[in-house]
Amino acid sequence: MTDRPSGEPAYASYYGRPILKPPVWKDDIAYYFFLGGLSAGSTLLGAGADQTDRPALRRGSRVAALGSLALGGYFLVKDLGRPERFHHMLRVAKPTSPMSMGTWLLTAYGPGVGIAAASELMPRRIRRTTLGRLIDGLARPAGLAAAAIAPAVASYTAVLLSQTAVPAWHESHEELPFIFTASAAVSAGGLGMIVAPPHEAAPARRLAMFGAIIELFASRRLESRLGLVGEAFSTGEAGRDLRRASTLTAVGTLGSVLLGRRSRAAAVASGVALLAGGLYERLGLLRAGTASATDPKYTVAPQRQRLESRVNEPRE
Amino acid sequence: MIGKIGKQSLYGPLDDPARDAGHAEPPPRVGFFTDTSVCIGCKACEVACKEWNNVPDDGFDLLGMSYDNTGSLGANSWRHVAFVEQRSTSQTPAREPVDLGMPAFELPGARTGAESRQEFRWLMASDVCKHCTHAGCLDVCPTGALFRTEFGTVVVQQDICNGCGYCVSACPYGVIERREGDGRAQKCTLCYDRLKDGLEPACAKACPTDSIQFGVLDELRDRAHARVERLHADGRTEARLYGADPNDGVGGDGAFFLLLDEPEVYGLPPDPVVPTRDLPRMWRYAGAAALAFFGAAVSAFVEGRRR
Repeated sequence: MTDRPSGEPAYASYYGRPILKPPVWKDDIAYYFFLGGLSAGSTLLGAGADQTDRPALRRGSRVAALGSLALGGYFLVKDLGRPERFHHMLRVAKPTSPMSMGTWLLTAYGPGVGIAAASELMPRRIRRTTLGRLIDGLARPAGLAAAAIAPAVASYTAVLLSQTAVPAWHESHEELPFIFTASAAVSAGGLGMIVAPPHEAAPARRLAMFGAIIELFASRRLESRLGLVGEAFSTGEAGRDLRRASTLTAVGTLGSVLLGRRSRAAAVASGVALLAGGLYERLGLLRAGTASATDPKYTVAPQRQRLESRVNEPRE
Repeated sequence: MIGKIGKQSLYGPLDDPARDAGHAEPPPRVGFFTDTSVCIGCKACEVACKEWNNVPDDGFDLLGMSYDNTGSLGANSWRHVAFVEQRSTSQTPAREPVDLGMPAFELPGARTGAESRQEFRWLMASDVCKHCTHAGCLDVCPTGALFRTEFGTVVVQQDICNGCGYCVSACPYGVIERREGDGRAQKCTLCYDRLKDGLEPACAKACPTDSIQFGVLDELRDRAHARVERLHADGRTEARLYGADPNDGVGGDGAFFLLLDEPEVYGLPPDPVVPTRDLPRMWRYAGAAALAFFGAAVSAFVEGRRR
């Protein structure tokens, strides 16, 4: 039995030890979540910019989409216990495993992103060759194909976290996908403000604003709905990161709305704040999960409550 | 080989998980019944498991938790004997000491009189992987390294596992773990190699009191229910089964227990649920979020055309 401070629900534990194993995923995985979301949002912005004739936004977003995808992939492989076996993910396609689904989503998503970015990065010498003309011709459909998959790339990661026994991640499965896609929108919008001049960056500013609003509402709902488990999101390192994320996102959004149209410098500063906010958001969500798996109260107390309410109202 | 996902494949009672996983004519499902009421805490199971399965040592740690210096199940501990010292409980009625006819050790308080005796009991329990009917670890494994054997057990193929760590977080019991320095997920195999040769697992073989019983799961469940009835008849009303109910959150455990207190006292979750239960629901929310994201991106451009 553990000592309990007054006010906390009663629960027993085995010498206060955690019941669950802490997640093995460290900050690398938060970086991947951030970069994957950034890539997905940038792909959408790049495709939109291509359709609406905004060359700077198109170029910057397409290149960023590939760069962040590649860097994210690096973190993903680096975090494996046996990185040299990363391709074992391609042995199976398993609907019950969000990680398997994610592997195949990324496999479908990557080539389109690659072709769209290649058309921006090709040196003039190659652009004149047959291959170069082929890539240029394919850039628009490839970008659109990637854009069709991008929303799934940004949201599957929420299911990945939720399909665990980790209380904070599992219980938040209603809000997490919205937080993930909203955060992706904020990050990509922020990057768009950095790479494109203000007169081209209106869609980036709007995307970031939409994202910031949804992220704010989803985060509030999460913390109020979850009760005891919600504490994992508001306390400790996770709480600190998530508060930083909200502050940075709020500052960046206000900056872009008020000054982003007039001043390039203000737009860049706002974009940097939004990117940093997105990164802290993912770090905070990851750490909330680890905290909730490490303290047995998050495992025992809700399960105990569930059992007691079942005794009071037996199942039919 | 593509198995069909049946109505009860993700959650709920499931008669034969091996058949559900695609085995054509599987042998009967086997498992463990660990009757903690006769566990004497000798740790022979821990030792036998380590020896047979070549499980490396996990350091010489004195944890200050009664006689438990193993701590918990993990990559390097596939059996774990818990020791709980309870000074007094509402669960145990005060009983007169029974003369077991053992070589004389004086009973505490025998000389000083009954009034100075303390009600004390020692709970010992050998924990192990539950080999769930609906195994969270197995469901999330993205490489196919974790698989359902023909015996209905859950095993990691060490030549396939790439150490992604997903199973670690998906286990509602905190059993499976990535081994430091090795990088792969490790847990009890229910001695898959021994089962294939018709032998019982090493821990059950070594258990001197038959606290760990190995056998066909249906028979073990019958035996366990009979044992609980017997204990209740003897006045040990605190005896209860844990993991024996096919209607629980994991569809029943392949390795289940008879406990003498609440599960959390032994470090077990009181009401574990396989995370996969909520999978369809989680994807619906993710789908809605993805559509909202796409819609937000499109509307960001549609209105932006004139600027």
